[in-house]
Amino acid sequence: MLVELAGIYSLLHCRLLSGMKSLRLWLTGMNKIIEKYNLSENVAKFIIEAPMIAKSRKPGNFVILRVGEKGERMPLTIVDSDIEKGTITLIVQNVGVSSGKLCKLEAGDFITDLVGPLGKATHIHKAGTILALGGGVGIAPLYPIVKAFKQAGNRVFTVLAARSKDLIILENEMREWSDEVVVMTDDGSSGRKGLVTEGAEEFIKREKIDECVAIGPAIMMKFCALTTKKYDIPTQVSLNTIMVDGTGMCGACRVTVNGETKFTCIDGPEFNAHQIDFDELLQRLRAYKTEEDQAKSKK
Amino acid sequence: MTDNKDKLTQERNVSWRVELRNSVPAKDRTAIPRVKMTEVEPQDRIKSQTCEVNCGLSSEQAVIEARRCMDCVNPTCIEGCPVSINIPKFVKQIEAQKFLDAAATLKEYSALPAVCGRVCPQEKQCELRCFYLEKMKKEPVAIGYLERFAADYERQSGKIQIPKVAAGNGIKVAAIGSGPSSLSFAGDMIKLGYEVTVFEALHEIGGVLKYGIPEFRLPNSVVDVELENLRGMGVNFEKNFVVGRTASFEDLKELGYKAFFVGSGAGLPNFMNIPGENLNGVMSSNEYLTRVNLMYANQSDSDTPVMLGKRVAVIGGGNTAMDAVRTSKRLGAERSIIIYRRSLEEMPARLEEIKHAQEEGIEFMNLASPIEYKPDANGRVAKARLQRMQLGEPDASGRRRPVPIDGDIVELDVDLVIVAIGVSPNPLIPACLPGLKMTRYGTIEVNEETMQSSVPEIFAGGDIVRGGATVILAMGDGRRAAACMHRYLQEKYVK
Repeated sequence: MLVELAGIYSLLHCRLLSGMKSLRLWLTGMNKIIEKYNLSENVAKFIIEAPMIAKSRKPGNFVILRVGEKGERMPLTIVDSDIEKGTITLIVQNVGVSSGKLCKLEAGDFITDLVGPLGKATHIHKAGTILALGGGVGIAPLYPIVKAFKQAGNRVFTVLAARSKDLIILENEMREWSDEVVVMTDDGSSGRKGLVTEGAEEFIKREKIDECVAIGPAIMMKFCALTTKKYDIPTQVSLNTIMVDGTGMCGACRVTVNGETKFTCIDGPEFNAHQIDFDELLQRLRAYKTEEDQAKSKK
Repeated sequence: MTDNKDKLTQERNVSWRVELRNSVPAKDRTAIPRVKMTEVEPQDRIKSQTCEVNCGLSSEQAVIEARRCMDCVNPTCIEGCPVSINIPKFVKQIEAQKFLDAAATLKEYSALPAVCGRVCPQEKQCELRCFYLEKMKKEPVAIGYLERFAADYERQSGKIQIPKVAAGNGIKVAAIGSGPSSLSFAGDMIKLGYEVTVFEALHEIGGVLKYGIPEFRLPNSVVDVELENLRGMGVNFEKNFVVGRTASFEDLKELGYKAFFVGSGAGLPNFMNIPGENLNGVMSSNEYLTRVNLMYANQSDSDTPVMLGKRVAVIGGGNTAMDAVRTSKRLGAERSIIIYRRSLEEMPARLEEIKHAQEEGIEFMNLASPIEYKPDANGRVAKARLQRMQLGEPDASGRRRPVPIDGDIVELDVDLVIVAIGVSPNPLIPACLPGLKMTRYGTIEVNEETMQSSVPEIFAGGDIVRGGATVILAMGDGRRAAACMHRYLQEKYVK
């Protein structure tokens, strides 16, 4: 019976997607959490019903979502999508009030607001050999890019790094789309003990790397950029600035690139790593530190 | 146009209006002084972000003010209104105490009367063309107050009338953006029988009416009632939908949309590109006002934070600057300072807003412009270096140009800076329509009479065509676009 229902449902979906019903119907039931997995104590993966976003998104795009009527607008990169099922995948680390609220949701719950796909898509092309560096939950947004570069016919070497074993996510998925994967942890609890840059340099010394892409905490991206600059390897990073609307309306996400102010939400989120003022970026990420700490202790 | 004149004359000659005109001698009408609207005292209103400053008129006040109107043979006030409201008709309905009829008259012409009665610069529009001002050099009839009165009366009466709409013609049209131009467009198209969907990127409908204009000038609840009205007429709203991203124009055409109205506004904030502008504590007025008005960051149960400042500098002299500076006072600033490069006389903000700001203790530092911001030890803005100015010759805008006074630089202690120096057109829609002709200012090029763009099925209006302008001009564009799109679609699909 359940299987039958699911069949009818997906049939209905296909019809809706092909535009046979009105848009109104098409949108009904959006933002439903279809599945949820806890990847570790503080990291959760959500499969969310969002047929139009699933259809339109490209690697590098993000969404903005809001949990609850007094909820905050929070940006998250789209990790994957399934056009047939009309779903997108998001991965979130519980680091504060809003991500905490999202992590509390379960399959069957609805996300109050979900909008996207936003931001410029990654420029995927055949470059030769790609070095992909992911730090912590930044591995999630790196995944669609690794997959797309591989599908475009590149060789892909991937370094996954985190504080400890628990925070290494998507390792199997990354192996599926990479020619080689190295895992580095600060404490040596998985893979090798050391920093992402050490893993990166090993590849760089061994092979000719044509392009590098690094995603993770701002400080990690800063040091990745310094490393690849030394070897003159073109490097893209995906910035995780503070955002409000995500459509270019407010400039909360502004960043200095090559001496010019850019808005991460519409000009990015990916930029040439060697042109970014990382110290300003790090400073701006701390803008609401006091408020965030207060909010966390309150709830 | 003559049709319209005939219609106005016909309506003016109905018996109740003739009787009303003859019931009071003209010299008695002109002897009545213009009504003063009650306002909440400054010391009380600055305690709350949501306390509306203007209290509205009582029924008695409204009737007396309406009596001042001469019901002119040639009502020039209508020419001053961008959506051509039949002003004498609704004003005389108020004088006759037919308040709900007055509200219905307004709704024939305007999708948002309660909004326009509050935020229109009437002194530059309808009231500027009033007989009292033009011919008698007296204070004009308070048309804006009366418009607000009629709309508020209807809302509070609980007897909200949904305007009549034509039978559905089955033709689907879309409005992109849900600000004043789109809402006005949607209201007119639904009356003509079209199937109308309004697409909005944010999670709330209303555009600048929600995220920009603060509640002490325009309560969100007032906007919501006007939106309910449009919903009641059958307008469909889709939130969290970025046309061009969530779905392309091609996708929407496949779903049957035959024409589009782009009212995506000028949401891109301008910055001055001076040193220190990316310090923490320096932000655009859009960010500041969005956090407070749309995200309720000032309320304790909201998850969105907003930076508070003890010494707040707001850069700019328009209505947005006034909204931001008055908001900062309400959020507890000790000093809230407007910094504007010209003198008080040149400020583009409404006189009423400047007066309200002054009453609330806002400081005005005119003839000064920031050249640099300096941080404290934590990297937050601590000082603004300001260049003093004097006025030179008039520039292209006809206003005297501010000229720096060599070496006259002052430092001001600040811990929050709000940049409100204007906005640019939102680039999202143009970016996904490469065929669309744009101007060098990044606005969409349209035929000024029809609001039609270089792509025949795409019409546009409001700030995406004008750059930063006013609510009522945007609404006027929406009305014109609706009338012309109607003609276009009838020719293409019906005849």
